Amino acid sequence: MSYLSATHMTGGYGGADILHDCELSVEKGEIAVIVGPNGAGKSTAMKAVFGMLNIHTGSVVLDGEDITGLTPQDRVYKGMGFVPQTNNIFPTMSVEENLEMGAFIRTDDFKQTLEQVYEIFPAVYEKRHQNAGELSGGQRQQVAVSRALMTQPKLLMLDEPTAGVSPIVMDELFDRIIEVAKTGIAVLMVEQNARQALDIADKGYVLVQGTNAYTDTGAALLADPEVRRTFLGG
Amino acid sequence: MDILNALVAFTNFVIVPGTAYGAQLALGALGVTLIYGILRFSNFAHGDTMAFGTMFVVLITAAMKSIGISFGPLPTALLALPFAILCTMALVLITDRAVYRFYRKVKAAPVMLVIVSMGVMFVMNGAVRMIVGTDDRRFADGERFLITARDFKTMTGLSEGLAIRTTQVITVVTAVVVVAALFWFLNKTRTGKSMRAYSDNEDLALLSGINPERVVTVTWLIVAALATIAGTLYGLDKSFKPFIYMQLLLPIFASAIVGGLGSPLGAIAGGFVIAFSEVTLTYAFKKVITYLGPDGWAPDGLVQLLSTDYKFAVSFAILIIVLLFKPTGLFKGKSV
Repeated sequence: MSYLSATHMTGGYGGADILHDCELSVEKGEIAVIVGPNGAGKSTAMKAVFGMLNIHTGSVVLDGEDITGLTPQDRVYKGMGFVPQTNNIFPTMSVEENLEMGAFIRTDDFKQTLEQVYEIFPAVYEKRHQNAGELSGGQRQQVAVSRALMTQPKLLMLDEPTAGVSPIVMDELFDRIIEVAKTGIAVLMVEQNARQALDIADKGYVLVQGTNAYTDTGAALLADPEVRRTFLGG
Repeated sequence: MDILNALVAFTNFVIVPGTAYGAQLALGALGVTLIYGILRFSNFAHGDTMAFGTMFVVLITAAMKSIGISFGPLPTALLALPFAILCTMALVLITDRAVYRFYRKVKAAPVMLVIVSMGVMFVMNGAVRMIVGTDDRRFADGERFLITARDFKTMTGLSEGLAIRTTQVITVVTAVVVVAALFWFLNKTRTGKSMRAYSDNEDLALLSGINPERVVTVTWLIVAALATIAGTLYGLDKSFKPFIYMQLLLPIFASAIVGGLGSPLGAIAGGFVIAFSEVTLTYAFKKVITYLGPDGWAPDGLVQLLSTDYKFAVSFAILIIVLLFKPTGLFKGKSV
């Protein structure tokens, strides 16, 4: 069984079901990417994994433990880190304070984690005394990811980390995310920039209308003519 | 032309009282701004929380005096203050548990909480009036002046006197200490930082494992302390009259909004802006201008822009100007 395995997820925000029998799984040190057309339920699937919406069928299992009934806060304690798409920083607090707040649940000394995070994100280190709200979009995203890393999560979930940033910044962010995965963290990511995201993905999920349409390695999906024609624009 | 005497008169009637009043407003506005930043509503009961706190001070001071405790040259009220703060903290926490918590749970809109706080305001107001009555009470004792006008005249040989009252000095010193402690708490401690984080981004604070109920409780405790201190300082400086504290709500809100709601630094700046505007616009400048003008000449009128009866109009006017032209206030608070 995979490190994270979400199976048969069916549910929605209270009205009609958005997810139908959706499956996701990630291994440690692996990057899994969820792509698909607008309104396919990509973010919803990730939120279901994090417990932000009710699934009435299916289960979420993290490291062999069934966590389907836990609240998002409790899942953070279990080793999940979540970076929302927007409002993912504390704007009037300094970058360093943002990271400290990320480590709020930790009672041990988090200095070492702070140094590790600064090592992966040199730009964050440079801006550590500045208010997070004054940073550029790409830098903010790096702060947001850093904040989530401060709990030492074993699974990091990113909701469209490259939304609204320039292509150069996007490449930079993807490089950082690869480095994060290399430290042994499982990364689950929703992406609009499907082609570039699949390029760095160990595993890709193409969701259509809340259901898995294609699942394969990132490279295989990029090579699949059907996927290319339908979702990647040729 | 007598610049020195003009300056002394101006200091005596504008700068000294303005500074003391500004410090009192700043402490009041800090309480309002903290509630706005963290509980996300305008707390109309703040003026009456101040009245309640001051009432505890008045009662405890009276009890202390009756058993012969005094604080030498300083007002006995300062000894009573810590006990009164504890009483106010209890009162405010009970109010939160009994009233506000329900509305948090149902995620009531901020405007609903404002109306709720108005209800709390009327209940507190009635309670205070039932307990101590509506009379004007002076509860300052000890040394009245640090420097009297006569001392100043004999010391300097000027014809104009400068009086500094003990309560004015106590006000400013206490305000400085309290503000320094508050900023240290908000910027350096884990709990203080978690309060700022919660104020900044509630959802992300929850994701980071910050317990909202704890943040709310700590906020109320701090606000209770600030309200009691602000109310006591105002009462020592002037007098304690429950109804006046309800009216103080306007300049306090004006201060918080001028500075930028949710910004502690803004609340302090706003307090002084409002206080000095009020004092300057309602002061009769005749004396100062007489000193500055040619010898033997004096202006005919009082050279007073507004009668003191209109001092609340000053707060109101500034409030409207700020809301029209810079709704987030001087220090970029949340827009209302």
